[in-house]
Amino acid sequence: MSTPAPQDRQVPEDRKDSMADSAATPPAATDAVAAKRGPSVATRERRQGSINPSGETPYLVVEDLAVKFPTADGLVSAVNGLSYSVPLGRTLAIVGESGSGKSVSSMAVMGLHDRKRTRITGSIRLGGDEMIGLSENDLMKIRGDAVSMVFQDPQSSLHPLYTIGNQLVEGYRVHHKVSKDAAKKRALEMLDLVGIPNPQRRFGQYPHEFSGGMRQRAMIAMSLINDPKLVIADEPTTALDVTVQAQILDLLNNLQKEFGSAIVLITHDLGVVAEMADDVLVMYAGRCVEYGTAEDVLANPRMPYTWGLLESIPTVSAANERLRPITGLPPSLLNLPSGCSFRPRCPYVDRVKGELCSTELPELLPVDGAGAHVSRCHLHDKASIYEAEVAPRLG
Amino acid sequence: MLYFVARRLVSALSVVLATLIATFALFFVAPTDPAGAICGDRNCTQQRYQEIKANLHLDQPKVQQFAEYTAGIFTGRDFTTSGVKQHCAAPCLGFSFKNDRPVTDMIKSRFPVTLSLVLGYAVLVLTIGVFVGSMAAKRRGTLGDRALMTSTLVVSSVPYYIVALMVALYLTVLYPILPRGEWTPPSENPGKWFAGMLTPWLVLGIYNCVQYARYSRGSMVETLSEDFIRTARAKGLSDRVITYKHALRSGLIPVVTIFGLDIAASLGGAIFTERIFDLPGLGQLVLDSLNNYDLPVIMGTVLVASVLIVVMNLLVDIGYSLIDPRVRLA
Repeated sequence: MSTPAPQDRQVPEDRKDSMADSAATPPAATDAVAAKRGPSVATRERRQGSINPSGETPYLVVEDLAVKFPTADGLVSAVNGLSYSVPLGRTLAIVGESGSGKSVSSMAVMGLHDRKRTRITGSIRLGGDEMIGLSENDLMKIRGDAVSMVFQDPQSSLHPLYTIGNQLVEGYRVHHKVSKDAAKKRALEMLDLVGIPNPQRRFGQYPHEFSGGMRQRAMIAMSLINDPKLVIADEPTTALDVTVQAQILDLLNNLQKEFGSAIVLITHDLGVVAEMADDVLVMYAGRCVEYGTAEDVLANPRMPYTWGLLESIPTVSAANERLRPITGLPPSLLNLPSGCSFRPRCPYVDRVKGELCSTELPELLPVDGAGAHVSRCHLHDKASIYEAEVAPRLG
Repeated sequence: MLYFVARRLVSALSVVLATLIATFALFFVAPTDPAGAICGDRNCTQQRYQEIKANLHLDQPKVQQFAEYTAGIFTGRDFTTSGVKQHCAAPCLGFSFKNDRPVTDMIKSRFPVTLSLVLGYAVLVLTIGVFVGSMAAKRRGTLGDRALMTSTLVVSSVPYYIVALMVALYLTVLYPILPRGEWTPPSENPGKWFAGMLTPWLVLGIYNCVQYARYSRGSMVETLSEDFIRTARAKGLSDRVITYKHALRSGLIPVVTIFGLDIAASLGGAIFTERIFDLPGLGQLVLDSLNNYDLPVIMGTVLVASVLIVVMNLLVDIGYSLIDPRVRLA
């Protein structure tokens, strides 16, 4: 289902207009960092966001999203200037280490952050409608209906004291004024659809009576019960057995074909990315560091952090080789390093002339000068370094 | 479910038996002198002392005394005092020679008072206490929450009997805003019963609501940060449904434990409240019996109180299994 990105893509006239509109969002909506870097960068990032690498009209558009948590120790910048978009029927995988802002940014799309403890700026548009600034009541109508979420651990994400059927029916009836019987019929349909055998019996059972894989299937049934246009799957297979993981991914893939929804898949497993994603966005320390179609990012990565992620995948054929981890730890979000956030861990800092890496945050620029594949790195000869040094190590 | 209840019932019965043995041992095997207590200090002749001992079978082996006492609970037994034969019907918990009445009768006449008190109390703590706690949990960290938690700390640091005395003195006697506590059986005059119980209910209830608010706040704060609450929000449920349906049901579990034990303990006699508001309940009975050294009554009330605790524990366990389906497997 992945559509290769057209090499020379024409920006339609009407979309240029909408870009101009979004560039003119009030200054209050732009975060401080973006403002410091000047409007040109912000505009460029917007452009990347509102046009999907596939060139299709996106359903979800995230532009210049920033999520900050004021804490006693200072302001935690969990997500900074993040822009991406997902059209219906396509899957975007957001990849990164723990704490890179993957989940936080998706929770913002759902409007799930505690308003009192979070500062969210930027723009999140669903089918053209702005989500940021909506009241809790308006958000409630969207949550679970147009957008739904599949969580990481179905064991803790399903209510332990209510039956699976009860939870499904509840999810359906929040958004549909139907009788309990009609909702039950729908719930049974969904349980059947996600491949749970004997839905009639399973309907009346509690989550603890389900196996891990079945629980996640039930979770998926619950999130798809209202036929959402966008499904956010937050590491949906992390808590599962390896054999079950593949089944769940297959299920998500098949359901996407049937429902035609857009999927944002949050993961740190590049194997999952390769299997599922049409587009890939690599996050590091709250920022997008590389974004493009799955082919582009996985086959021609242009950012040392992405290289590091690819290199750290263990290969069975090289059983005696040591793992090649990315050294060091992700930076504290309270106090990001100056310049490029990845600089302290980057093995290629020496190849950049002068102090550029530590003084200036690299912009998110097209890797080949014009395409939809963008990366954030000061290295000049990214392509040749990858071909000569990184690719051979990947085996 | 039935198996679960049956198993719990067996273990509850064994606890009751152990309590029976322990109380018996405490009062009849330990170096106490029941006959001497009954006989009194003055005009207790050696002959009378021996007579009491014989009548109470205190001269028999301890094991036989215990067997008779236990048998009495099921079949009733006869006592002879001052030559008069008294029948103590089952369940016979002994005979109070000081009051010339079977212990069971005395407990039976006092129990409705304590039960009334505790029922009103239970309603107050479960509604106001839990509600306030849930509200505070929902608004945790806000000024209201902090003010509430501070005031609960202040209230609970003042001893209960001081609060109760002050209320009784200032609000019912000096400035009679609240009706004075008095006991009228509800079968006799429900209006009077309610009026007489109102002040004790409010004082006991509100003072302890503070504790319940704290428990339920803590438990709700924990529950509200659970993953399944995030799921509920992601489903598009309203705040009210999330708090009072999804969170409260899980958050109630630890509160139910405390509640059960608390109610059981209060049923054994809410001594301060009964004393201060002049309610002739079990607590007063215990207090009077202690003053009179009326051993059979003390023993009977201890036994009843312990049975109540065992029964309440059983009810808590059953309550658990109703709230939490996972418990049924255990």
